[in-house]
Amino acid sequence: MAELIIFSLLHGLVYGLLLFMLASGLTLIFSMMGVLNFAHASIYMLGAYVAYTISQYVGFWPGLIIAPVVVGLFGALVERYGLRHVHKYGHVAELIFTFGLAFLIEEFVQLIWGKQTVGYHEPAVLAVPLFEMYGQTFPAYKAFMLLVSVAIFIVLLVVLTRSRVGLIINAAITHPSMVSMLGHNVPMVFMGVFGVGSALAALAGVIAGPSLGTSPGMAVLLGPIVFVVIVVGGLGSLIGAFVASLLIGMMTTFAVAIDYSFGQFFMDVGLNMDPDGVLSDLYTVTIAQLGPIMPYMLLVLILIFRPTGLFGTREV
Amino acid sequence: MLVVKDLNAYYGKSHILQGVNFDVKQGEIVSILGRNGVGRSTTCKAIMGDVEPHGSVMFKGEEIVGKKPHEIAHMGLGYVPENRDIFPTLSVRQNLMLGMKEAGKEGVWKIDDLFDRFPNLKERAENDAGVLSGGEQQMLTMGRTLMGNPELVMIDEPTEGLAPKIVEQVGELLEEIAARGVSILLVEQKLTIALKIAHRVFVMGHGHMVFEGTPDELRANDKIREEWLEV
Repeated sequence: MAELIIFSLLHGLVYGLLLFMLASGLTLIFSMMGVLNFAHASIYMLGAYVAYTISQYVGFWPGLIIAPVVVGLFGALVERYGLRHVHKYGHVAELIFTFGLAFLIEEFVQLIWGKQTVGYHEPAVLAVPLFEMYGQTFPAYKAFMLLVSVAIFIVLLVVLTRSRVGLIINAAITHPSMVSMLGHNVPMVFMGVFGVGSALAALAGVIAGPSLGTSPGMAVLLGPIVFVVIVVGGLGSLIGAFVASLLIGMMTTFAVAIDYSFGQFFMDVGLNMDPDGVLSDLYTVTIAQLGPIMPYMLLVLILIFRPTGLFGTREV
Repeated sequence: MLVVKDLNAYYGKSHILQGVNFDVKQGEIVSILGRNGVGRSTTCKAIMGDVEPHGSVMFKGEEIVGKKPHEIAHMGLGYVPENRDIFPTLSVRQNLMLGMKEAGKEGVWKIDDLFDRFPNLKERAENDAGVLSGGEQQMLTMGRTLMGNPELVMIDEPTEGLAPKIVEQVGELLEEIAARGVSILLVEQKLTIALKIAHRVFVMGHGHMVFEGTPDELRANDKIREEWLEV
């Protein structure tokens, strides 16, 4: 039991913080510009692929730095020369724009790198177990992922709460035109936030690529969960995104580890169920099997009982 | 200093400003009076570039129609909005810091000056601005804009909904602003302060000016007052 708890906690933390790296950018972009960036997860995928290609030539470590920078610049350009022009046609147009961009990136990735999972691996120094406990090992690479995401979280927190740029961003979330009339270049701040948000998503992709696999499906795999995170946390709330990321990270990893079905539950409480009954298929469903849909069940519950999300102030 | 000629502005299809003309000279206090909904706030927003302006606005001899709000602010035009757009999640001090156009660069107006003048703000310097009372928020909004060292400041209904004692404080601050050589465009609905401190007043009707003159001339003009100002 202790083994299950310790490992699930660690894996949940790794997964949760990875979600946060994506959710933080997405929620910041949403709260400032009012646009849900459907291409955010595609940018995460792009980060992994760009890093993979760079790693082919100069190794893993330069890729870790260069790929987020390159993809961040790409994000800034998308805002400056794409989204900003679409903005005057309203939020629906912006939404469709990011939707199109998501498809575009996916097709581009398949065109360049193919449909198969590419061989993007962690560097040899991290391809070892960090420690062993109860006969189970925890990979050093996961610890590295944890380290990177915690570092990013701290940097983000310090920049947003202590720096002047952070103040401007915070003020622009609620009153962009007032901030602008005080003499701050809000469009530039928007571009910066979009760029940095994209760079963060890319960095998440870079560190997730070797662990979760770098394939054209990786955007679709994580994208919907990230949306769940920011809705559950409350649209526009960074703290909410953080809490919801960890919550969903933990929930899904714990669920996967629990091999317990309704049938067993009924048996344990002393009910004898007919194994050939109408609902017998349902009895055999285990918690582990339910794991992947748990975030969506949580989403539905939140939307019914707390439409502003855990920490949000506006309704979805 | 500020010359507005044939200024037009639209919200969607409705034509809000229909050829607004007025000017503010260096060191002058000019007041725009008028009832709600005649376009006074829109005039300020169009000058700042927050609402798309059509026509001509010359500030310090330069055309500012087409410039972005932050560029206009950097030229020395300040705006204090009527709805007291404070940043509620930031502290009082942080609100004032954002008024400065460059980090940590205080100009004629210092945060400590402002705190001396309004001890309430000083007491709450580290609190979220969202918890301030209406009067305190008004002082904060004005103070925030002053931190940016404007040469002309447009102040939209600074006394709306405030207790008489606070209104008096607002009046004193306006006089000090003027004493420091800053030109003021005061947008008001009530005549009291405006007639007391303005050098010239304009009365705005539906989307354009219907009167220009001194406070004395407006006092003498019953017809304009009855038709356009009295409720």
